[in-house]
Amino acid sequence: MDKKLVISASPHITDSSTTRGLMLNVIIALLPTAVVSGIIFGARSLLVIGVTAAACVGFEAIYNILMKKPQTVGDLSAVVTGIILAFNLPSTIPLWIAIVGAFIAIVVTKQLFGGLGCNFANPALVGRIALFIGFASRMTTYGFPAKAAVDALATATPLATSGAFSGMSVFGTLLLGNYGGVLGETCSLTLIIGGIFLIVTKTIDFMIPAAYIGTVAVLSLVLGQDVVLQLLSGGLLLGAFFMATDYVTSPFTLKGKLIYGIGLGVLTCLIRFYGTMAEGVSFSLLLMNLLVPYINKATRQIPLGGAKKK
Amino acid sequence: MPSIFTRRAQGAHVPHNKNTAGKATEKMPLPAKIILPMQQHIGAPCAPVVQKGDTVYVGSVVGKAGGFVSADIHSGVSGTVDGIETLRFPNGALVSSVVIIPDGAQTPDPELKAPVVTDAKGLIEAAQKCGLVGLGGAGFPTAVKFSPKNPEAVDTLVINGAECEPYITADNREFLECSDTVISGIAAVKKYLNLKKVVIGIERNKPEAIDMMFSLTNGDADYKVMPLDSLYPQGAEKVLIEKCTGREVPRGGLPADAGVIVMNVTTVSTLGKYLKTGMPLTTKRLTIDGSCVNEAKNVEVIIGTPIIDVLNFCGGVKDEVGKIIMGGPMMGTAVLSADFPIIKQNNAILAFNEKEAKLAEPTPCVRCGRCLNACPMGLSPVEIVSAFEKNDVEDLNALMTDLCIGCGTCSFVCPTKRPLAQTMSLAKIAQRNGGKK
Repeated sequence: MDKKLVISASPHITDSSTTRGLMLNVIIALLPTAVVSGIIFGARSLLVIGVTAAACVGFEAIYNILMKKPQTVGDLSAVVTGIILAFNLPSTIPLWIAIVGAFIAIVVTKQLFGGLGCNFANPALVGRIALFIGFASRMTTYGFPAKAAVDALATATPLATSGAFSGMSVFGTLLLGNYGGVLGETCSLTLIIGGIFLIVTKTIDFMIPAAYIGTVAVLSLVLGQDVVLQLLSGGLLLGAFFMATDYVTSPFTLKGKLIYGIGLGVLTCLIRFYGTMAEGVSFSLLLMNLLVPYINKATRQIPLGGAKKK
Repeated sequence: MPSIFTRRAQGAHVPHNKNTAGKATEKMPLPAKIILPMQQHIGAPCAPVVQKGDTVYVGSVVGKAGGFVSADIHSGVSGTVDGIETLRFPNGALVSSVVIIPDGAQTPDPELKAPVVTDAKGLIEAAQKCGLVGLGGAGFPTAVKFSPKNPEAVDTLVINGAECEPYITADNREFLECSDTVISGIAAVKKYLNLKKVVIGIERNKPEAIDMMFSLTNGDADYKVMPLDSLYPQGAEKVLIEKCTGREVPRGGLPADAGVIVMNVTTVSTLGKYLKTGMPLTTKRLTIDGSCVNEAKNVEVIIGTPIIDVLNFCGGVKDEVGKIIMGGPMMGTAVLSADFPIIKQNNAILAFNEKEAKLAEPTPCVRCGRCLNACPMGLSPVEIVSAFEKNDVEDLNALMTDLCIGCGTCSFVCPTKRPLAQTMSLAKIAQRNGGKK
């Protein structure tokens, strides 16, 4: 023991969690939905997912090299952004548009604001909204289910047509996702499985999805809407489990998460029931993202012994 | 208990590694020399009362308390004072230390006799004469703890047997091997400080200790054994008080402000031994463990024995030792050298290999909020660290940075491996000084 010993302040141990591990959990949770999108919309959906994810990683890597910053692609957060962004695109999307979306997500929304942890809104969400506004018709040209042998048709989501399905029951169709829509929003079953996986592995807290979905369910019931349709379509589950739970753009405390989830649910229902666009989830997420710093400040915990004296 | 909306306070699932829980304490033979630093407690350092060449006995006073918040230091050997040298502590402080060469006879000091205690004053005096300090790690002088400003409002004694730090099993062995003095010590404190209730808090990963205390206190309505979840940091004073009594220590206050005195189990048992024999605190049970230790065990060590001698008694070390920790891995202190002596509040020596000694490189904060949901005090490390970086003293105050107990839970759970607890210590200083200096 003649060598010098390491001196450092306590604690001397940490748990095994890492950013990379958490992001890997999210990727695992997204995989079933990715596979199912390939089955429903055909192989091109897998191409869209692959290209979008690769573009996100590529933009992050290039940005870091150009700005002489440490390389951060190893934390896999760009992969998660890419997959979630692709889930918000239809299978028919021209690949260059997907790449533009990746640029907006990674460079404009994330890196220009300081990189991981500093973005004001969910990068994938901003990418999606920018594309939706810039390329509205191409963003809603949904690839029809592959087996229907119809390649591409401009059509409305179930939310816009309110239950014009043939064959299977509405519930079964919504659960399995065998209808037109963006890649990752139609199959409720795999989204729920992925969401449960994230909660069980403690990657995300149950509170945001529970408050969000619960609020939409209650408001739909009260306002006379079809509860099942409202819950299982229009990207609510994708938004509630995978986008609203983004660490950077959601509140810290349980109370904050509850308020955030309820706010999302109320805004989503208002936009869906009384707005002109079927974009309830995206716009409510963007608005609530911007409120997070205020929610954080307003919902701080009361420390042990820190209660105001009576 | 507060609602989870008030504060989550989840704590951390640290690895227990209680490898030595079943190992009976082994007594270590006399070392070649002992080194007694004059600072083995929180408070003023002691003044040496011996000189080179003086003869001392087991239990002789070597260092006299340097004020009210201080505690006498006694020799654990009979022998000759070799000199007074200056020792560098891990925190950088220089502390004068008495070096004693044992004569091997272990003659007890002829003046020692069991104290006669009849009231609170006598008990406080006994704690002083015993040189007793909080042995769970903090080293707060027990006599001071026994002298609250509001004695009439204090009604409960909480015994800290949580032992929530990984590896350490010394308190578990105290329960099992010294249950008689644990009980007699508790009874004395309860009687002379006129306390109504005793709550003994023990984590559920020590079932034998829980059973032992249940059977020994069974039938006495004043006593309660409280099994605690095996969750770090159940043994943190303020957390323990809340779990055991439901009371909160107010911000800036002491346990006495919640009507409670908290004592570590080994401290109360040492008091029990002193009341019986009159032999002050000169030995300590330590858990010796860690990946580099050949034979992990519990050892009874004379205070002042160099760490290297203790490690050699445990079969020596294997691999390259990267870090030696006095205490547990969550709150213990990394020492500069294996020549450093065992001091009173030590309860473990851990030797980690070079790989474990290195901490992971921090990556950018992802604002996941795990630190604030885990923080046992309900603080928000993520926001405190960012207020510190901005030197925003107002926000450091609003975030009650001063309540941080330094338990390390936030750093432990952080997925980005940021040194949160370490930065919190700096933030506390900045808050006190009105900004970064």
